[in-house]
This record gives sequence, C-alpha cells and structure tokens, in this order.
Amino acid sequence: MTAPLLSFQNVTFGYRRDRQPFLQDVTFDLHPGRITAILGPNGAGKTTLLYLALGWLAAWTGGIRLDGLPLRQHSRLERGRWLALVPQNEHTPFDYTVLEYALMGRAPHMPPLGIPAAADYDAALQALDQVGLAALAEHPVPQLSGGEHQLMLLARAVAQRPRLLLLDEPTAHLDLRNKSRLIQMMKTLRTEGVTLLMTNHEPEVVLAVADDVLLMEPGRPPLFGPLEQALTAEALSRVYGLPIRLVDVDGHKQVLWT
Amino acid sequence: MTPALLKNHHRQRILLALALGLLLVAGLSLLFGRYPAPGLLTWERLSSDSLAARLVLNLRLPRLLTALLLGMTLSAAGMVFQMLFSNPLVEPGFLGVSQGAAFGAALSIVCLGGTAIVTQSAAAFFALAGLGVSYLLAHRLRYGGWVLRLVLAGIAVSALFSAGLGLLKYMADPLRQLPEITFWLLGGLASVTWARLLTILPVVLVGLLVMLLYRWRLNLLALSEQTSFSLGAAPGRERWLLIFAAVLPTAALIAVTGMVGWVGLIMPHIARRLFGADTRFSLPASMLLGGLFTVLCDDLARTLLAGEIPLGILTSLFGALIFLALMMFQKSRAKQ
Repeated sequence: MTAPLLSFQNVTFGYRRDRQPFLQDVTFDLHPGRITAILGPNGAGKTTLLYLALGWLAAWTGGIRLDGLPLRQHSRLERGRWLALVPQNEHTPFDYTVLEYALMGRAPHMPPLGIPAAADYDAALQALDQVGLAALAEHPVPQLSGGEHQLMLLARAVAQRPRLLLLDEPTAHLDLRNKSRLIQMMKTLRTEGVTLLMTNHEPEVVLAVADDVLLMEPGRPPLFGPLEQALTAEALSRVYGLPIRLVDVDGHKQVLWT
Repeated sequence: MTPALLKNHHRQRILLALALGLLLVAGLSLLFGRYPAPGLLTWERLSSDSLAARLVLNLRLPRLLTALLLGMTLSAAGMVFQMLFSNPLVEPGFLGVSQGAAFGAALSIVCLGGTAIVTQSAAAFFALAGLGVSYLLAHRLRYGGWVLRLVLAGIAVSALFSAGLGLLKYMADPLRQLPEITFWLLGGLASVTWARLLTILPVVLVGLLVMLLYRWRLNLLALSEQTSFSLGAAPGRERWLLIFAAVLPTAALIAVTGMVGWVGLIMPHIARRLFGADTRFSLPASMLLGGLFTVLCDDLARTLLAGEIPLGILTSLFGALIFLALMMFQKSRAKQ
C-alpha cells in the first residue's frame, strides 16, 4: 500500500482544558485517491476533526502528519496548496461575481500581496467549468440558489488544486439532483487523484461515494475502516441509538430506519 | 481575452480617469477661493501678487492635502472595516475611535485650556485609547465570534466615551467652551498648517500604503476565519495588521480635523456600486472617490459663505443625498 497522505496517530483534542477531551484516541490513515466519510450524530465532533486535519485546530496530544511530515511543520502557504476546505455555510453580504469568488482559491499559488494573473483567471474558469457553473461566471453570488452556491464553494476549492480536499457537510440542504451532481463531482475528483475527506449526516450519500468510513461516537474512539467493514447495521444502530437495517436494492446498499 | 479580463481592463481605465480627475480638481481647488473675490485666481495674479502666492502655498496647499488624505483615509478605512466585519454598516471610527477623539478634544477644551496642540494630542491619545481598550475587551469577552466580540467591545467603549463627553459638555462654560466643543464635533480644516500636516503625514501614508497593498488579499480576510486560513492566510494576524493600518491614520487625521462624518460609511458603498465587490478595484476606487468628495466639500466649506461652514455638515448633507439617490437608482434597476 502507498504511504498515507494524511495520518492521525492517537489524537486527542478538547475545547476546554479543564474538561475531559472531546475527541479521544483518534487514529486513521488517508491514502491517496480515496474518499473518506466522517459519519456520526450531531455533536460527535465531525467538523472538529475536519478542522484538526486542516491545521486550524491543534491536537492536545498525538500526531497529525501530512505527507509524512507533522502538519504544522508545513508553512501556511504550503498547507494552502496541499489542502482545500469546502465549508458548510458561507455567506457574503457583498455582490461578488461567481468568478471573483472562485478566484480566491488561487491565493496560495500567488506571491504574497499579489494580484490574480491571467493564468489564475484561467484556472478559476476551468474550475467553474468543471462544476458546471461556467455560464454563471459573471452572476452575483448572493443570487445563487443553494445548490449553485455549494457548487461554487467546491469550484473555489478545485481552483486551489489541492491534493487533499476537506468538505464539511457538502450535501446538506441540497435537493436530489444537486446531491447527485455533487456526488459525481467527488467521484471525478477521485479519479483525478485527489483525496477527499468529508463529514456527512446522510448514510445514503456515504454509501454512494465513500471508500473508507470514520464512524464517530460521542465519548468513544471512532471506528475506521473500509466502507463494507466499518459501516454495518450493528455499528450504525449503536452510534445513532436507533434500529437501523442495511438492505440490498438492485445491488446497491441502502439504509432503512424506523 | 476573457470577458472578465476585459472588464478588469475597463475598470483600470476608469480608475485612471478618476485619478486624473482628482488631480485636476485638486489643482483647480488651489486656485479657487475668496481672495480677493470669490472665484479662481489667475496666473498673472499669482505671479505678481506675493500675498496670493503665499496664500496658495501656506494656507490652501496644506489644507487641500489634508482634505485629500482625510477623504482617502476615511473611505479606504471604511472599506477595510466593512469587509473585515462582513457588515456594510460599520465605519472607521466605530471601535471607540471617534468617540474617544471627541472625548479627548472636549477634555482638552474644558479642563486643559484647549490650545490647538493640546486638543489634537488629547484627541489622538483618546482615539488610540479607544481602539486599545476595544482590542483588550474583545480579547477578554467570552461571548460570540471574532466579529461580534469586537463590535460589542466597540459599542461599549464608544458608549463610555460618549457618557464622558456628555458630562464634559454639561460642565463646560456655555458661552466660551461649549461652542468650541460643538465646532470641533462638526469638523473642519481651517486650523490646518504645514507643521500639523507633516506631523501626521508619515502614519497616514504608511496606513494608506498598507491598505492599498492589501487591496486583493482583503477579499480573503472577509471570509470566515477557517476559510481564509485554508487559503493560506493568517486571519488573526493579518486582520489586526489591517485594523491598525486603517485606524491609526484615521485617529491621526480626526485629531487634526475634528469629526467628519459619513465619508467612511458612504464612499465604500458608492465604490462597490460602481466597481463591484472585489476590493482589488473597489478599495482604490473608494480612496479616490473619498478624496474627490472631501476636497469638493471642503472647497464649498471655505468659499460658500464669508465665514467657514463646518466640513462635517457638508459631508453629511451631500453624502446622505448621494447615498439616497444611489439607493433609489439601484432599487429601480433591481425591479426591472
């Protein structure tokens, strides 16, 4: 097996030092070109884990390595070229055009205090084309629909040309059509060699795209493994405290709950 | 060339035209005034009348430059603040700076004799104290995110200073001191001299330069902290750098000129309306528009009547009128 792109080794983290740590003993490896889903109930620490991987939060103990080197030993700019983030909610009160917004993803590739060059415009336009928003390049951002907005955030991250893409609830609030569009985009990125780490609430999305799953439970170390092994009916039932069944429909696994 | 690059090219040309227009207006403003009669000085007059030449060099030129820098600084700082706080309603003085300066000036007038140099020093000192206290409070507050904490701290500090200002006004001698405080609060450039301009020039130029250099990167800092971090920025450090680059020259200038309202709030809106949200263009545009607006207002302030009209009155009046016109125009366009 190839060397992991990102690895967590016995990571603990909490928001308050006078309390018990919030995440305990998190260990997993992300290998290049795979999609990993972080699944778990509200408040289990999914987004926190994503921010640890981004380097925005610092682990209390344990090691987080990017390409074999401790994450925080990479410079800020280097991290900007390795990692991109698609945040869950992002609102701007200002009338940016979609292109101006996607262009911000070029920042880590530009000199400090630089101005985007023609090549940056090309990269941003190409990213918009890839997510299917090229026609809306000159459209104001506040007038986009929820699905278009989410695709634009993805385009900004794609313009960043990252090796590891972090996505926070990328399919939340999307209708079925947009959801399937986003899933297709993630699969395309995977074939291009990008590694993806996403948090997700929806087991059906996870079943549709994920190669590996990190199943989080409040107060316990998360389970990590390939989709088939980690995502079992028993594990899901325990984590969510609900009777959950996995059934085969036309060769696809589906989640049933009552 | 892609449409976006063409549009940028176009915007650059408009900015250049705006800069040239500003230079032209500045040049004419030097010749415009009430000596000997309202109107423009002629070239013969300037070369033959030594009093006219001295008037232009020693009175009008420093005053013009101060008006220009004041407009540019307030508008650029307003744009920086509105972006950093993702809030189109903040203005450069809201972190306790304006109220601090007003309190300092009133304190000097009521308790310290009120000579010009003391008033300016006190205004500058308390303006910076306002910012410093807001900064410390924002660090100590245990509530809300970065934006909310700073806004709350700014509101609290402004309220404290405005209570102090109220007390000083109440204590002031209503015949001598109160009019002086009121006049300071309305702002004006009548007392500007070369010496005063030169003392504040370095900090103003450095602040303007830093803001101008950050004109594109400011876009990133307007995003959420995590996102701007993911794009390779250091949101904490870079935001504070920009806040200081915006507030220090603002404090230095209002210490000299008094309170000149509305420029820092309205010019960024006009700039965004004309040049789009991308601060790469809207920040320089805001600077140029602010400079132009303030120079024109000051021309009127010193020539409209035989006496001086406080600059703050004119900037509020015309600023609000332009703003209203703009909003109504925008509405009709949105309806179509």
